[in-house]
Amino acid sequence: MDFRFNQGEEGFREEVRTWLGEHLRGEYAALGGGGGPADERGWDVRLAWEKELGQAGWIGLGWPKEYGGRGASIVEQGIFNEEYARANAPARTSFFGEGLLGPTLIAFGSEEQKQRFLPGILRAEELWCQGFSEPDAGSDLANVKTRATLDGDEWVVTGQKVWTTLAHHAHWIFAVCRTDPDAPKHKGLSFLLLPMKQPGIEVKPLKQLTGSAEFNEVFFDEARTSADLVVGGVNNGWKVAMGTLGFERGTAFLSMQLRFDNECQSVIDYAQKHDLARDPLVRQKLADAWIGVQIMKYNGLRTLTKLLATGSPGPEASTSKLYWSAWHQRLGELEMELMGPWSEVLAGAPYEPDDFQTTFLASRAETIYTGSSEIQRNIIGEQVLGLPREPRPTEGTPR
Amino acid sequence: MNFAFSEEQEELRRTVRSFLEDKSPSAEVRRLMETEEGFDPAVWRQMAEQLGLQGLAIPEEYGGSGFTYVELVVVLEEMGRALLCAPYFSTIALAANTILHSGDDAARKELLPGIASGETIATLAFTEDNGRWDAEGITMTATKSGGAYTLDGHKMFVLDGHTAGVIVVAARTGDGISLFQVAGDASGLGRTALQTMDQTRKQARLEFSGVPAKLIGAEGKGWDTLGRVLDLAAVALAAEQVGGAQKCLDMAVDYAKVRVQFGRPIGSFQAIKHKCADMLLEVESAKSAAYYAGWAAAELNDELPVVASLAKAYCSDAYFHAAAENIQIHGGIGFTWEHDAHLYFKRAKSSELLLGDPTYHRELLAQRIGI
Repeated sequence: MDFRFNQGEEGFREEVRTWLGEHLRGEYAALGGGGGPADERGWDVRLAWEKELGQAGWIGLGWPKEYGGRGASIVEQGIFNEEYARANAPARTSFFGEGLLGPTLIAFGSEEQKQRFLPGILRAEELWCQGFSEPDAGSDLANVKTRATLDGDEWVVTGQKVWTTLAHHAHWIFAVCRTDPDAPKHKGLSFLLLPMKQPGIEVKPLKQLTGSAEFNEVFFDEARTSADLVVGGVNNGWKVAMGTLGFERGTAFLSMQLRFDNECQSVIDYAQKHDLARDPLVRQKLADAWIGVQIMKYNGLRTLTKLLATGSPGPEASTSKLYWSAWHQRLGELEMELMGPWSEVLAGAPYEPDDFQTTFLASRAETIYTGSSEIQRNIIGEQVLGLPREPRPTEGTPR
Repeated sequence: MNFAFSEEQEELRRTVRSFLEDKSPSAEVRRLMETEEGFDPAVWRQMAEQLGLQGLAIPEEYGGSGFTYVELVVVLEEMGRALLCAPYFSTIALAANTILHSGDDAARKELLPGIASGETIATLAFTEDNGRWDAEGITMTATKSGGAYTLDGHKMFVLDGHTAGVIVVAARTGDGISLFQVAGDASGLGRTALQTMDQTRKQARLEFSGVPAKLIGAEGKGWDTLGRVLDLAAVALAAEQVGGAQKCLDMAVDYAKVRVQFGRPIGSFQAIKHKCADMLLEVESAKSAAYYAGWAAAELNDELPVVASLAKAYCSDAYFHAAAENIQIHGGIGFTWEHDAHLYFKRAKSSELLLGDPTYHRELLAQRIGI
């Protein structure tokens, strides 16, 4: 048990710090951090910044060198994320490509697919979005109905995806589609790559309860893509998609905690500035919030250690998602409580919440997306604790 | 960066677990909790002679084996898991820590070897009828006359106070809080075992009437020592709580797998499964907190005061929640005297209150991080 970093790791930290110090200037620095991948603020500036990151080799940090990555260790990735959050650098735009599709292609893709798509991700020239959820396939992901049929050397895709972050900016979408409607529902799926800019695809923004539209609906009406752009083989899409979700749940904890740490501190600062921190009940809640963010850090370090030893965070990563999403909602509620009646007054028209109000509202999504808290509890119950599965009446073909 | 126990530490865990499975099964816990002294002297001796547990984290120069607080955390976790009935927490986490951090080398040389060998049972008499764990709670007075001290007043809720051979007492002189060494059989000392709701950890009331006492450390500097000891003891208790909480989760999950209602194991129902998932989350988080705090205690670094309160607050809540949910998941059988669930439930509550409850520690933490 030792929480110190070794010399090589400290050297790496210095390199990251120096680079950020030299490059995070002007309009990049002015933008500040915060937000998620779908935050619309300063989109063009963020995109330019992402390309700078790509040129310097900071995208694909953890990818193997043979695919243009840096082959950085997990600890180094953690250090990069830590320094990135500390420097308050802009929210990343290449998450879906770098964090999800890239690792998926490296694990399941053909050599041609890797050569074709990985460089575009590394240079931040091709942005990706994720086509998993559908109106009838949320927690029950295997229920997707979007159909893909082969027409000569092309797939023809018809159906609808929803909650598609960044679809309006993305050049490509990776989508789970049904390629064999007669097979049991987990077995007739394929993982396809489709270009977004084509007549068969229509993107409609989906206004959410925060008043903004970070998600989209994506409609496919005989959209087309090349027959060879299926990842991991035809009708093998469930396995590939589960791999992608593993990457999604696997490393998110590395950078999350720092953002929350900053936010928790801003709540403490607010309470002190407004003379609320002398109230014993407020003090209890502030201490509780602070404890929560530290526990996240300690849990993250344990998961990281396990990741280093075994190569996988395992289903235990579900506990991390379950924990931070609930914690963040409670923080948002505390923020409203501290603001009192001012919590009702928006920062601007037509519907512009400030940072605290945004946390309060946007955090409701966090216990839902990338596997709702209920799904996470099922995963923990069944895969970690070994409790018996519930009989699933919808086990057969999709309906 | 490595947040895991070493292979040697895991081996220690296996050894202690197997020893306690043998020496502290449910039947033994139940037998001992019904007795006034509340422990088995033969097992206490074996703990020292066969496993060296009492001397584990005592430096070699004082007869111990010089391991760190991280190893102690492993041992305490296993003791919490087994509900071991023994004066280990009082002797090691309270008394030995106080003596070790008192700055009094003569006291260390006099007392620690006996503790390390298992010969001496010791405790710390801190709290009084007011039940407070802060400096203001200490009102008992020590009187100096001709270079010798005598103690008058009472101490309450003293862990194993009726069986300890050496009692370290916190009392006030004109210079402030000071620490004193009193023999368990000293003249003028009246000891009464308390009937306690949690029968697995014994408490006593001590009445002092002109009891001769020997000063430990510098007069008036006792709080400097006690402040640190309370942090170290909080870490030790958090480790015990983690062990108990994990056992509650194990019991609940095992039962949920085999108990059939409506034709299915109840663990297949989400109502039960999700309770277990939440327990796992809290137990794992409690481990993270207790282990991290154990490392800070081993290093005696600046983080210790903050993480000690953090761990005590979080692990207290996690243990109590796990113990309560364990009863709920067991249903009616979990409410019986015969089932072990209530033993953990009661230990969870007594541990939650010992050294200050979670509300107290959250307030301490707020002060310590500058809120």
